[in-house]
Amino acid sequence: MSSFSGALFDIWTVFWRDWVVLKRRMTKFILSRMVAPMLYLVAFGWGLGRSIQVDSGTYLDFLVPGILALNSMNISFNSITPVHAERIYHKSLEEYIIAPIWPPAFVIGKVLAAVLRGLISSAIIFVLALAFGAHFFLTPAFLLVLVLNCAIFAEIGFLAAMKINTYEEMGQVNTYILLPMSFLCGTFFSTHALPDLVRYVIELLPLTHTSYLLRGIGAGQDVAMSSALVLAAYAVVCFLWGCHAFSRLRK
Amino acid sequence: MGTPMMELENLTKQYPHKNASGKNTYKTAVDKLTFSVGKGEAFGLLGPNGAGKTTTIRMLTLLMEPTSGTIRYDGQDARAHAQDIKRLIGVVPQHVNFDQDLTVGENMELHARLHHMGRREREARIHELLHYVELEDVKNDGVRRLSGGMKRRLLIMRALIHHPRVLFLDEPTVALDPQVRRRIWELIRTMKEQGVTVFLTTHYIEEAEALCDRVAMLSQGHLVDLDSPAHFKEKTGLPTLEDVFLKLTGKKVSS
Repeated sequence: MSSFSGALFDIWTVFWRDWVVLKRRMTKFILSRMVAPMLYLVAFGWGLGRSIQVDSGTYLDFLVPGILALNSMNISFNSITPVHAERIYHKSLEEYIIAPIWPPAFVIGKVLAAVLRGLISSAIIFVLALAFGAHFFLTPAFLLVLVLNCAIFAEIGFLAAMKINTYEEMGQVNTYILLPMSFLCGTFFSTHALPDLVRYVIELLPLTHTSYLLRGIGAGQDVAMSSALVLAAYAVVCFLWGCHAFSRLRK
Repeated sequence: MGTPMMELENLTKQYPHKNASGKNTYKTAVDKLTFSVGKGEAFGLLGPNGAGKTTTIRMLTLLMEPTSGTIRYDGQDARAHAQDIKRLIGVVPQHVNFDQDLTVGENMELHARLHHMGRREREARIHELLHYVELEDVKNDGVRRLSGGMKRRLLIMRALIHHPRVLFLDEPTVALDPQVRRRIWELIRTMKEQGVTVFLTTHYIEEAEALCDRVAMLSQGHLVDLDSPAHFKEKTGLPTLEDVFLKLTGKKVSS
């Protein structure tokens, strides 16, 4: 096996493991992923949304890209965090460390599996949003932004799984990082409503750019390439950092 | 000893540590270990808990980088040829580290895939190994359902899937009843008869005596002495390895 085909085989092996587990739990996974977006759509789209005015279209049209952004973030991040238990408690991660695999293949395989979960979850929201009467354009660029968003937060989840040593601290990443981002990064309202200083900080975060891009592309408007570049930069840096953290486990 | 399969030279591991006054310092877990293990030899590392056995095996299996010192397999430096060496070795860890979300068969398949085995080869090998330890019936069961003895047997079989030339076993029979322990011993002897180099750590004296051609006694990270069980008893005039260990270190192995 050449080194290239060997690396591809390694990526497929890591992905295969997660695919086997996902296939077994597919029904539960799909049903559980419908609950949160359904509640968001009912509460903010139908309920609160009727009394909110936005510049173009309905609040539901404004809301759906934000829900897609935050949901794909949460699903991708949380799909990869079981690696933490594999490292700290079950020690099953050692199987990969002592195996003759290309080390980045482990990171890529895990991230791809988390991206797949993020995309399945996003597909569920598409269907629900259409059922609720939302309008948006689903284009290749829209899908690419979703994939990038899933990859970034899967990589961040991987990094957390490599660096954090307790369950409690893993939970704190959700509480202190993901939850505030879910609400503040242009998901439910425009970042222009925020004070300048807060907005400056919020605009450094990847989810803000995902919300902006999904909303713009979904509405058929032009979007700033700088936001796509920010996401690409986050994806590359987090991937390299994840590979480094994985290699540091042997220290 | 014959031709060396594995050579350790001044192998040392230090961990960051806070001393009693809270100052950051280093604790030496393994201190300048130097010895060789011959091809096809069954070699034991004997010592009480905390002697540095697991740290040593983790460095030898490339799970952990040494602070200093070198490891060579068949003359090749382990650091420079890590991927080649990972193909040579099979590891049975002290803790049961199966993937809890996979079945028995899937755990075996994952290991085979990680060693780049093709579909037909891995299916045949998994069938052969599960049949050998009478675990074929539980192939599609989750690993959580297995008894302690079944898990241990499966751990050994998993380590053998890719035909390793060196088999590492870290406390392979810890917490098992005597009957299961004997069964594991038989498996290890069979591996040795097939030419596999066996390296095991244990704090069971009878295990070291029953299985090992040579035994290294380890205490607080230091190599105290190394010899065959028979020579140890002969040169000290003591009846058991436990007595030899007590005489050499002032401690009981089981302490």
